[in-house]
Parts: sequence; structure tokens; C-alpha cells
Amino acid sequence: MNGLTRGSAAIVGAAESDIGAVAVNMSPLDLMAQGIHRALADCGLKLKDVDGVFCAATQARTSAMSMCEYLRLASAYTDSTIVGGSSFEVHVAHAQTALAAGLCSVAVIAYGSTQRTVGRRQASTREYNPYETPFRPFLPATAYALAASRHMHEFGTTREQLAEVAVAAREWALLNPVAWEKKPLTIADVLSARPISYPFTVRDCCLITDGGGAIVMTSAERARSMAKPPVYVLGCGQAITHASISSMPNLTLTGARESGAAAYRMARMRETDIDVLELYDAFTINTILFLEDLGFCPKGEGGRFVSGGRIGPKGSLPVNTNGGGLSYCHPGMYGLFLLIEAVRQLRGECGARQVAQAETALVHGNGGVLSAQATVILGTQAAL
Amino acid sequence: MANAPTSPLTTYLEHLGKAELAYQFSPEANAAVFYPRVICPFTGSDRLEWRVSKGMGTVHATTVVSPQQGAPYNVALIDIDEGFRMMSRVEDIAPLDVRIGMRVKFRVHQAEGDEPPYPVFTPAEGTP
Repeated sequence: MNGLTRGSAAIVGAAESDIGAVAVNMSPLDLMAQGIHRALADCGLKLKDVDGVFCAATQARTSAMSMCEYLRLASAYTDSTIVGGSSFEVHVAHAQTALAAGLCSVAVIAYGSTQRTVGRRQASTREYNPYETPFRPFLPATAYALAASRHMHEFGTTREQLAEVAVAAREWALLNPVAWEKKPLTIADVLSARPISYPFTVRDCCLITDGGGAIVMTSAERARSMAKPPVYVLGCGQAITHASISSMPNLTLTGARESGAAAYRMARMRETDIDVLELYDAFTINTILFLEDLGFCPKGEGGRFVSGGRIGPKGSLPVNTNGGGLSYCHPGMYGLFLLIEAVRQLRGECGARQVAQAETALVHGNGGVLSAQATVILGTQAAL
Repeated sequence: MANAPTSPLTTYLEHLGKAELAYQFSPEANAAVFYPRVICPFTGSDRLEWRVSKGMGTVHATTVVSPQQGAPYNVALIDIDEGFRMMSRVEDIAPLDVRIGMRVKFRVHQAEGDEPPYPVFTPAEGTP
């Protein structure tokens, strides 16, 4: 991203809050605070060190204000930019900017949602759109299904290829002790599951869970004195192509092309330099589109590319190593969890699902209905 | 400056009430604009003209929603011949039989109760 310096800031702490199904009456702010507490413990900092609060939530309209009240952070620099699930990748760029400008010295980026407990309709109310709502699209699934229909039409992508994405995510999830899904999944299981919005069945769609968490960012300099090795922010990029699916300029080409190019440019890297990928898999088509748009395969080849388990634990390209939004957890806006998993992979903390010698990670957030794309490239000291 | 006497949505709905599919045209960009707005997204100008479509289009993308209760139904994106895209539904055909590339023709779904009128489409195969 123009104006940001490669490696000037680092993620030093990362943690989930309670996830999956949380205690009754737990609030999104409870989960954010819990995530912040755990992420600070992860790096050895204290609440009194925090002077930057970055957060977004669908259940807390003024989330930064509420978080500052909850944790009594009266003079913190705040940013509650919300562009859907990729908000937290955007926050990384904004926090890096604020750290470089001296607006804050320790930034927390937090999220919390109780959408499983309170119900999706209550957790995330939809605005009335007079040009879409009358047709009763089941959003967001219908929007992604429309993009998938176009990808199948233009490139011959099949439902089986879409299902490969869900199966790979499940195989990773089985290696993650905190993943929501615990049972194996086959392509046939995906195809025969309950239809949602053609070509998607419920197994092509992300989970509906509770969850939250936080990451802690500080300057590269300060990061070196923390409890664990820093994970440097090497590149950031973002692009917003539309808000509603009927305004998406090209249903098979996402803003990830632009956000990825900006992130690669800042990181002075290309796709072949990336060791592990965390791509926002709200629906199976997402992973295919982002692999194409981020340069891992040519446009239109994504379906064939993911076939044969290539992105699963036994494949050649590790993608969504925590099990993803499809099988690990998906509490409404998932972008923060991509960052947490990337940090853990780069620290070598991932146990059975650890990718060997992971020095670089590409995190790609997606918000709205393929609307707001944000890419963050992270790396260890060796990648700096 | 005086306030605008009417909103883009009101004008659009008034046309639908007369069974017309209206859209805007930006003379400076020489391009159709949809959804209707007060500012042209191509030029930043507030000069937008209203036009009425001939009502012919082509299915650009299609899906079938399977609600937990009730019958499955179609949701589609339609490319209108005058050069804009909109969400709608193709009727008079089984929802799964709607195909990308299919020619379709506009029909108004008239207002019901509090719900304003909206445009739907029907198959128009054999129509160029």
C-alpha cells in the first residue's frame, strides 16, 4: 500500500476468545475483551500499555467506543472501520499507519460475535435494498452462488470442484483441536447435503458459530523485545469493487487481483514466495476465486487447481490450515481468525497442522458479497 | 440550491407503476446508469436523463434459493439490452431451468399491500 513501509510494524500477540458456542448472555464485547486479554498475555504486554483500539462488530454499532468504555481506555486512538469480514485486514494497514505516525504505540485489533447464540438474523440485520430485497436473495449465500454460476458457465468449474474446497478445509479442521467440525467429509457428502442457493449446499457455506479474538501490533523495534518472535507486516492492499452483488463489475474477477498486487508490491514478493495461505472461505467459490486472483493459478483454472486434494493437508499448497470458515469457525466476520492462524503458523505453534518451514503467509480477507478485498502479507524475521 | 423535488427511487417506482422499466443515462459518459442515483458514478456529474427500456435482456447469472419453508425460487442477474445489469427473478419456468444466456422479457410485478412494484422477467426464447 502506498505510504506504508514494509516491515515497519509487527503482530506480537494473537488469541481467540471463547469460540464455537459460548456461554449464554456472553456479549460480543465480552468476547473482544477476552480476546484482548489473551492476546496481551500472549506477548507479555498489559492493558495499560494499549493506546490504540481497532475493532468492528455487527452487534455493536460503535464498537470502538464501547470497547474503550469496557476497558477504560479513554485516550486511546480508535478506528472502527467496517467493510465486512475483511475489516480486520484493513485494520492491520490502518494500525501500521497509526503506529508509523506515532498516533499509538500498542494497537489491539479485536472482534466478537455471538451470532450462533442469538441467531444470525439478530446478529447481522440487513439493510433494505429496493433493487435487490424484493427478489428475496438469501444473502450472503445467493450472491456468492450467482458468482459461482458464472464461474461454472465461463470456465466449466464443477460442483465437485467446489466440494473439493470444503473437503480440504475439513481435513485441515480434523487436525485443529478447537475446530467446530469433528467428522470427516467427502465430496459426495457435500453434493448431497441440504441445498441452500444453487449450486451451493449447506456444506459449501461457512459455519454459523460464535467467536472472537484479538491481535496486538506494535512497531518492529518494540516487537523484538516481546515474549514471542515478531510476525512482521510486509505488505498490505485493499480494493472495494461494489457493495451489492448486482453492482459487481465482473462476477468472476474479484478485487483480490488489485489488493493482492498492492500487497505483493509493498512486500516486494510474488505468489511463489508465499509458504502458507489463509483465504477467506465464506463459500467454496471464494477459495477458487482468490487462488486465481492472487496469482496461484490462471483465471478460470481454480476449480481444476484445487482438485485431488491439492490445498488439503496432504497437498502441495497449504490453504486455510485451521479448517477455515467452512469447518473451523465462522462468527459472522471471519477476517481476524485468518490473521491469528497465520501468526501461529509463522511461529510454528500449530502442532499436527503445522506447515514445515513457514516463513511467509498471505492472509486474504473478504467483506460483503465479494465486495471489500484486503490482503496482508506477513513474515518472520527470516523473511524481513 | 433548492432541494430535489423527487428521489431517484420514487421516479423509478412511478415508471414501474406504469409497467415501464426505467433507467438513467449519462450523456457525458454515454452510458446507462443503474441503480438510479443523483450523481453519475462515471463522471461525477448530476446530469442524468431518465429513459425507458424496451424490456429485453439476457440472463447473466442465476441461482435457485431453497428456503427452509416454501418452494424453491429463482434469483438472477439480468443484462438489459440498453447496457445495464439488475437483479430480478425469471418466472413462468422451473427455477432450475433458467440458463445463463437465456433471452428474457420484462414484466412488472404490481404492488401488493405495502410492497412496491418490482420488475420480473419471463423467457423470450427465439427473440433476438
